[in-house]
Amino acid sequence: MAKLTPEDLDRIAERMKRQTTLREGAGRAKVTVHMGTCGIAAGARKIMTALLAVIEKEGTDDVILTTSGCAGLCSREPMMTVELKDNAPVKYVDLDEDKTRQIFTDHVLGGKIVSDFALAVGSERQS
Amino acid sequence: MAETTASSDASKTYRAELLICAGTGCVSNRSFKIRDALEAEIRQRGLDDEVRVVTTGCQGFCAQGPIMIFQPDGIFYQMLTEEDVPLLVEEHLIKGRPVEKLMYVPPEGDEVVPKLSDIDFFRKQRLVVLRNRGLIDPEKIDEYIARDGYRALAKVLTGMTSEEVIEVVKASGLRGRGGAGFPTGIKWGLTRQAEGNGKCIICNADEGDPGAFMDRSIIESDPHAVLEGMAIGAYAIGAKNGYVYIREEYPLAMQRLHIAIDQAREYGLLGEDILGSGFSFDLAVHRGAGAFVCGEETSLIASLEGRTPEPRIRPPFPAQSGLWGQPTNINNVETWANVPVIISRGAEWYASLGTDTSKGTKVFSVVGKVNNTGLVEVPMGITMREIVFDIGGGIPDGKQFKAVQTGGPSGGCIPESLLDLPIDYERLMEVGSIMGSGGLIVMDEDTCMVDIARYFLDFLRSESCGKCTTCREGIAAMHDILADICAGQGEPEHIDLLGELAEAVSDASLCALGGTAPNPVLSTLRHFRDEYEAHIRDKKCPAGVCRALITYRIDPDKCKGCLLCTKACPEQIIRGEAKKPQTIDTEACIKCGVCRESCKFDAVLVE
Ligand SMILES: Cc1cc2nc3c(=O)[nH]c(=O)nc-3n(C[C@H](O)[C@H](O)[C@H](O)COP(=O)(O)O)c2cc1C
Repeated sequence: MAKLTPEDLDRIAERMKRQTTLREGAGRAKVTVHMGTCGIAAGARKIMTALLAVIEKEGTDDVILTTSGCAGLCSREPMMTVELKDNAPVKYVDLDEDKTRQIFTDHVLGGKIVSDFALAVGSERQS
Repeated sequence: MAETTASSDASKTYRAELLICAGTGCVSNRSFKIRDALEAEIRQRGLDDEVRVVTTGCQGFCAQGPIMIFQPDGIFYQMLTEEDVPLLVEEHLIKGRPVEKLMYVPPEGDEVVPKLSDIDFFRKQRLVVLRNRGLIDPEKIDEYIARDGYRALAKVLTGMTSEEVIEVVKASGLRGRGGAGFPTGIKWGLTRQAEGNGKCIICNADEGDPGAFMDRSIIESDPHAVLEGMAIGAYAIGAKNGYVYIREEYPLAMQRLHIAIDQAREYGLLGEDILGSGFSFDLAVHRGAGAFVCGEETSLIASLEGRTPEPRIRPPFPAQSGLWGQPTNINNVETWANVPVIISRGAEWYASLGTDTSKGTKVFSVVGKVNNTGLVEVPMGITMREIVFDIGGGIPDGKQFKAVQTGGPSGGCIPESLLDLPIDYERLMEVGSIMGSGGLIVMDEDTCMVDIARYFLDFLRSESCGKCTTCREGIAAMHDILADICAGQGEPEHIDLLGELAEAVSDASLCALGGTAPNPVLSTLRHFRDEYEAHIRDKKCPAGVCRALITYRIDPDKCKGCLLCTKACPEQIIRGEAKKPQTIDTEACIKCGVCRESCKFDAVLVE
């Protein structure tokens, strides 16, 4: 096994960055897939799988992917929420895999809200 | 660069990680079983491509173990069992609904606190030494490197002279965490300047204080931090060899240390020509010989050389003549683990934490009569009150705080009136205690301070190596007096006699074992003199601990005659009719306390 040089340390850290982001629970963006019973029935698992695949393909290392329960809007599932750092969250509804990929590329990576699929900007008051 | 056993599969995308604590405490609470059950369930539910289980070192909140952190959500799960696993996977992993009933509820509240970052125990800590705790798998060097690991070593080897490194450590104000608090940079400088044929460094991981587990947890959760600190120290001092002298009773720490050393060697971070710099350093692990005194530096060196671990006269100090006569720099585990951060973030940053004389943070193991037992890291200068009440969550069962014992068996007890004292080396000395290596034992109203002093002296008596007469005989004599006082045979002159013995023992013993052994007696005499007087003059033990001085009695007003105590009494000496107050035959009573424990009406009194 080749011995490391100082630059190799950076290389290893870079390769590990996706994991570091996940571990620290703080990324540039957070994507939440709503996985209540309704969401799962409507195909939320496929949305999750599509997201994981596109993250892997793009080599994205600063986005956190999480799940949450039912968002209370069962008829519009599958749903996901995209939250860029320092921006209000955006909810997307009636998703399929293609829409999901487009939202990921345009909004999560490109910073542009895909208003065609968006339900609303912002979320309900918490209390 | 080839993939090795040392690297983890970082190329794969996971959406969540379950960081399960695999420190000694949680492991003994079956955390490995929970990990296995989680992995099986995740596989069975077809989530193994999305979610991964990671084992980390000690996360500190040992009271709530086994614990697990769910990332990226930051949810803190506690007191897990294998039976909880299916629910957890179904609810949180599949449906995205964190499971409330597995979350933490603070002792005084009734609402769950889902996030680790909101729990008081964690919120008030300042992690410097434990910066990677719970965040990395200690058996994977890449995870350490991902969090800036070995960058400080690279910085030192590529751009700093040995003298510059020593200057930084001096300027940081770092002092030895093994007990005496000697300035680390000065020690390094002395060893560097010493004449000698080869130099060596030692990491003292003997951790002999009963109940203390700071060093064990550091090694278990982040072994590379210690190795990196040692490599930096070796470069600064000019040493080619190092030793880690580790307590035999720490199998998990030892195993992780060996794995870490192997991985570091594989990456060329130990061995010849480290990081292509031309600097070479390697180290060996040595298992401790098992006596408390082995942690004392000159005994430790004797033990490493294969001799009987007995302290010797200093000077010469190890820095002048240590292992095999070589100039030897010995530092504690926590001291070494501070070094990489100091180099990375700078002396000024480090010195901004803490008090005038004591910089940085200190890791404490908090045990005893306190709600949140565990491992905490706090800035120097924090008050004892903050540690015991804010982080520690106060005293269980609504009892009153009485004292906190710091500094290990030869430390002292601090009373309630001094709880607001900012903690640093000097202030603890002023009140008759010591920092020691960081053990904190919290005591409540049911603790007898004379008995506690006797207990520690008993430990020290059996751990004295016997070389110095004052230590060997003096500690035993002090112990016997304390035992007499507890047995109701105390005489008024005993108090002065204890004072005289204390002086002789601490003045005329070679090492700090004898030097500090009187602390438990002197500090309790100073802060709890009334308890000594009650024992000696009134033949009473106010805390109700010393059996010779107490009697058990049943309060006729409270007793309902339920007969629970009557049935529980091993001597069958509690008598009376059912539904009528009972009485204890005090002559025949062996004072075991079973009646008191069995009573549901607090009717059994100790006087
Ligand atoms: C009886 C006795 C036991 C000791 N046990 C330990 C120990 O377990 N671990 C430790 O680091 N230092 C222990 N010390 C302190 C060491 O002698 C030494 O001061 C220390 O390892 C130096 O490292 P530091 O400057 O980093 O604190 C002990 C000292 C005495 C007198």
